[in-house]
Amino acid sequence: MKIVIGKGSCGIAAGANKIQSAFEENLSLAGLDIPIETTGCIGACYLEPIVDVFDDAGNKITFVNVTTDNAREIVEQHILEKQALKGLQITDADMTMIGKQKRIVLKNSGIINPERIEDYLSVDGYEAAKKCLTELTPEEIIETLKIAGLKGRGGAGFPTWFKWNAAYKSPGAVKYMVCNADEGDPGAFMDRSVLESDPHALIEGMLIGARAIGANEGVVYVRAEYPLAIVRLQGAINQARESGYLGENIFNTGFDFDLRIKAGAGAFVCGEETALIASLEGERGMPRLKPPFPAQKGYWNKPTNINNVETFANVPWIFRNGGEAYAAIGTKDSKGTKVFALTGKIAHGGLVEIPMGLTLRDVIYDIGGGIKNNKAFKAVQMGGPSGGCVPDSLLDTLIDYGEITRTGAIMGSGGMVVMDETTCMVDMARFFLDFTCKESCGKCTYCRVGTKRMLEILTRITKGQGVDGDIELLEELCYKIKEGSMCGLGQTAPNPILTTIKYFRNEYEDHIYNKKCTARSCKALLTYAINEENCIGCGSCKKKCPVEAIEGEKKKVHKINQDLCIKCGKCFTVCKFDAVLVD
Amino acid sequence: MSHETHEHGCGCGCNDERIKPFDDLTSVLKKYADVPGSLITVLQKAQEIYGFLSFDLMRYIALETDISIAKVYGVATFYTQFRFEPIGKYLVMLCQGTACHVNGAKMIEEVVMDDLNIKEGETTADGLFTLNNVACLGCCSLSPVMMINDTTYGQLTPDKVKNILTEIKEKNDSQEGQK
Repeated sequence: MKIVIGKGSCGIAAGANKIQSAFEENLSLAGLDIPIETTGCIGACYLEPIVDVFDDAGNKITFVNVTTDNAREIVEQHILEKQALKGLQITDADMTMIGKQKRIVLKNSGIINPERIEDYLSVDGYEAAKKCLTELTPEEIIETLKIAGLKGRGGAGFPTWFKWNAAYKSPGAVKYMVCNADEGDPGAFMDRSVLESDPHALIEGMLIGARAIGANEGVVYVRAEYPLAIVRLQGAINQARESGYLGENIFNTGFDFDLRIKAGAGAFVCGEETALIASLEGERGMPRLKPPFPAQKGYWNKPTNINNVETFANVPWIFRNGGEAYAAIGTKDSKGTKVFALTGKIAHGGLVEIPMGLTLRDVIYDIGGGIKNNKAFKAVQMGGPSGGCVPDSLLDTLIDYGEITRTGAIMGSGGMVVMDETTCMVDMARFFLDFTCKESCGKCTYCRVGTKRMLEILTRITKGQGVDGDIELLEELCYKIKEGSMCGLGQTAPNPILTTIKYFRNEYEDHIYNKKCTARSCKALLTYAINEENCIGCGSCKKKCPVEAIEGEKKKVHKINQDLCIKCGKCFTVCKFDAVLVD
Repeated sequence: MSHETHEHGCGCGCNDERIKPFDDLTSVLKKYADVPGSLITVLQKAQEIYGFLSFDLMRYIALETDISIAKVYGVATFYTQFRFEPIGKYLVMLCQGTACHVNGAKMIEEVVMDDLNIKEGETTADGLFTLNNVACLGCCSLSPVMMINDTTYGQLTPDKVKNILTEIKEKNDSQEGQK
């Protein structure tokens, strides 16, 4: 018998460590000696903390949203008295959500213990690397990847085999294999989850890639905001080294490869290859013109290949199952699976891995359980600050690199933030421009100044100070910034604005001409008033108002003076009788 | 070392004898002395030890690594992780990711500012809390999220935030009392 607790960052944030202490305490009170083990993230974040209890025959019962009280009940009733405790168990509906996925990258996540290499080895870990190193030539490795049709999962969607081939063909004795784990897109966390839940899959993928291009040294560039991911990956690297999967003469083939971690210091632009290389070299992370591409002149001017975490994590599966098996999944142009971080106003948020070719509707409604609190769907944001908002009318779009791009959004790294009727699309555009404006490295004038000007216009519009011509001015700036920026950050920064203007132009017009925010999100455009029928004159709004805009005697209907009101909304929040109206 | 060739008064402080040594950093500097491209790592370790990068500290690093102070300062200010002022005992990091934004991060920010009576980037008068807005913490399913020192708090509501802050204050008071 054993107890397994999901301890990714999300699980821990949901209280997994407290749950573990509660189990330890209750087990010792009951005099039971049952091992408690750690696993990573299964992806069903809305069910965290998740606890699996295995009986001696290996049968698993999954308990979800476990509290410390539940821990006691599980020990006393489930383990000691063998009662079913149905109410705490995962439901069939939740199981279907997980069952509809196709798990390649997340195959081991939430199942194996990421802190023990034996667990990874028990699921055929490092078998693919062994095959690649002992049986296949670099050409054959690259050919298999070409057949598989794997494209880079970091955002741009460039064919992986092509990059590997370029680095392989590039002359030079010293080459580098780099993993981009600088997952900067707000709303995406699949790379963190792989690092925390299945770090050896990344190491194995990098080892295969290193063999293919002929690199003996690798670096994983991880965001500093991911402390647990760094700890787990470092542990895995150490174990792989001790077991001979990293270091010298791997599988007695004479091939050497070692790996180290470089912690990033917080700069979104470092997700761009050449900026990442500059940062690895200890410089400001500013992109440079390509060519030369990193495959010709990369880290320390040597041939360098850079892929993201999810891309590498696909590689071992491809070599265990064959390139054809991978290519059999998905659409004509987009093969395999894609991991999405399903968040925002979604009922069942979390990480999901689906075969390419499903529709957005499948993912949001069938797997994600639809919109939270029975609100109406408005848009789904894909691709973060480089992507765009896809409206209701395009929900039947296939998940395919080309199809998604046609909507104006991008596949990106897999962030899928769902928005409902309460999300203001102008504010969303402002939010992303605030982000890109702060993260612009400053090298290109159009990106540096242009994002700032667009942010100013959007801020003005959300404050009710928009003027006729703003939309056209934004559009003009968008196209110029796309033209005038050197790297992906600037070239794609206008996308959130362009897609919201394209699909939600009426919201922009409402803000500018009618001074209305239909989502009731832009505070400056709201009016607060008292509903005379509901007001009992308790005075709590009057007390809370910071500008003394509310008057009224005790137990009599209060009134808001619109001239004084600063629309902070504090009266609305404090009123317990639904007597403050917002329009 | 290149700094010896500068004229006095060049403004970079390179030949200022008053630069005090930062002894705790010696082992770090030694470890990375022969590893090219380690400036960011050295700055990260320095911040870990001293809490923030003071101008004197950056000047010392520049001197010891033979990298110009302009470059050290340039690299440090490029990355959001580096701080140039001391921070409170508890660093409150409010996630500004998309999911958090959609789920009311702004409201959470207002509650924290209200409760602690500080703005973004400021430290409370008692030196207990510093408030920072940060890029996505990657716990999007639990949005809105904040991180205080190494602990992540999810699914925040105004009441929950107030309770968390009160708990920390009380815990700190009782610790102080025991001393």
